[in-house]
Amino acid sequence: MTGPDAPGGPDPATARDDILGRLGAPDDSVAEAYGAIRREYLRRHSEGDVRALFAERVAHYRAVVHTVTEARLPGALAAALRPGAYVLAPGLPAAWAAAIPPDRRAADGAELDAVAGVVTGCAAAIAETGTIVLDHGAGQGRRALTLVPDHHLVVVPADRIAADVPEALARLDVTRPLTFVSGPSATSDIELTRVEGVHGPRSLEVFVL
Amino acid sequence: MSMPTYLGMPPFPDAAREAVADTRLRRNLARATGTIRERRAAAVAELADWDELRECAKQIKDHTLGHLGHYLRMLEERVTAAGGVVHWARDAAEANAIVTRLVRETGETEVVKVKSMATQEIGLNEALAEAGIAAVETDLAELIVQLGDDRPSHLLVPAIHRNRAEIREIFRRAMPSAPADLTDDPAALAEAARRHLRARFLAARVAVSGANFAVAETGTVLVVESEGNGRMCLTLPETLITVMGIEKVLPTARDLEVFLQVLPRSSTAERMNPYTSAWTGVTPGDGPRAFHLVLLDNGRTATLADAVGRQALRCIRCSACLNVCPVYARAGGHAYGSPYPGPIGAILSPQLRGLGSDVDASLPFASSLCGACYEVCPVAIDIPEVLVHLRGKAPKKPSERLAMGLAGAALASPRRLAAAQFAAGRSRRAVRRLRAPRAWTDTRDVPVPPAQSFRAWWKANRDRT
Repeated sequence: MTGPDAPGGPDPATARDDILGRLGAPDDSVAEAYGAIRREYLRRHSEGDVRALFAERVAHYRAVVHTVTEARLPGALAAALRPGAYVLAPGLPAAWAAAIPPDRRAADGAELDAVAGVVTGCAAAIAETGTIVLDHGAGQGRRALTLVPDHHLVVVPADRIAADVPEALARLDVTRPLTFVSGPSATSDIELTRVEGVHGPRSLEVFVL
Repeated sequence: MSMPTYLGMPPFPDAAREAVADTRLRRNLARATGTIRERRAAAVAELADWDELRECAKQIKDHTLGHLGHYLRMLEERVTAAGGVVHWARDAAEANAIVTRLVRETGETEVVKVKSMATQEIGLNEALAEAGIAAVETDLAELIVQLGDDRPSHLLVPAIHRNRAEIREIFRRAMPSAPADLTDDPAALAEAARRHLRARFLAARVAVSGANFAVAETGTVLVVESEGNGRMCLTLPETLITVMGIEKVLPTARDLEVFLQVLPRSSTAERMNPYTSAWTGVTPGDGPRAFHLVLLDNGRTATLADAVGRQALRCIRCSACLNVCPVYARAGGHAYGSPYPGPIGAILSPQLRGLGSDVDASLPFASSLCGACYEVCPVAIDIPEVLVHLRGKAPKKPSERLAMGLAGAALASPRRLAAAQFAAGRSRRAVRRLRAPRAWTDTRDVPVPPAQSFRAWWKANRDRT
């Protein structure tokens, strides 16, 4: 028999059966054994104000952090813009972007390498680790949108901030595309010294409501 | 077996002797591993429940390895349901053939790559090159290694053996877009890499990645990274091909709450790495339109059959064991003769490849058994235990086999032992002049046998009490 990998290639059906064959027959005890795994770790590491902790932790990665009221958000966003045009993620609340002039807005279909930045919301945030999670739903845009432009402005409403990793994961649907962002793009590849700014956005500016 | 042994790779002691004599290499390694060691300790100390997280991570991995067939079937089903295509490869040659065929089907001759241990293990770049396909490494350290025509020497920081001045020289020589006045400031070097790769990311139509984790329950695959080159590769091209060792699967999404806590702190000593991407099959209008997952065995099912050695498959490639290892800090990564260096490499390579070659047979001995690797391992792999186990299985030199055979025969019978001890007592003068086992006598004195054994003394003196 010749599979699609022939000629000279492996027979895919045989490889699959071989590997699974070496791993033994399915058994019914899996669920019970899985349930017996001991999970004695903490659900959260810090008590208290998750918003303040998140702001502190995300700033630690050298992101720029603004803690603002909803009323002051539009002005703060407009003031943060650098020269050039910004894409507003589709579904971003209109009120948030109210102070961004029309001539500073780029269409979602714009050449992403040519725009200055992007404005988005987020799906969740993690206070303990200073992490923003995008699920690329409403107000966040497809993945390329928050990747190619150099300046990412992200609004984090307080009720989206989870205390720690377990709580945040419980809020998320992992079958959506997810991007966990902890500070601007960085590398530790040269002498294990952290340098901000490689391929992703070199500036991350966070607006905590 | 089919993980490539680097061509003409000498056994560990020979390779290490050369590396230890290279003072610049030792200085680069000592500085880098010293920095990361302290930072990892601080990042881990911040979590009061580190031991509980570690124990749970170990249990999840052991459970999954114990039911691997079950979870792989589930993963295959869920990835397929989400629009992905799953392929199975028994060894490196099969995996390389699958990836080569998939790239050919797209008509492309260049692929962008995310740093991946699995594709290094199978020698994918070389296989693609033979088929006329160029693989462009996009991780900064991998790029340094590729442009320098070099080999990786660390799991996480493949160019750890290079300092900033050396990296500047490599970029000046091999990167056409590098500015003439490029300095050795890490930020300037990172900027040069950004410019060099940006056009390629935007034009790339096929990407190849590895995977840190895959969730069986949902068919979700995750890549953990820092620079954003991973996101570029996982998002911008039309076709994504992911090569993943079968031991990377996790049962449920909930298990990620453990591994996303222990991995960043153990590897880069951060609370969280800059970027983690998770995707499930394909998403219309966002990211690649075709997703292929290649599940790789390549010695893993054989390793799983060894009750002591199988714990090596818990490894999440954090590299904490490299950074604390006194042998690695002096010998460097190249001496291990495999993409997996350091303590974990010393137990992983000989199991995945078998103990057939000189370098693999020597790897279980490339350790002082100090145990620091076990202590920092976030999935509690008892590396010293596996090292000792593999030492027992390693082929022995004829002289060693003869000596051990004689010792065994003597120790098996009290009469023969007494005779051997008597003979040893009579050869005291000869032993003092002995120069034969050089590796021993160069650094130590040969113990001189006593004139009379305790058993002989007891026999002669017991009546006096």
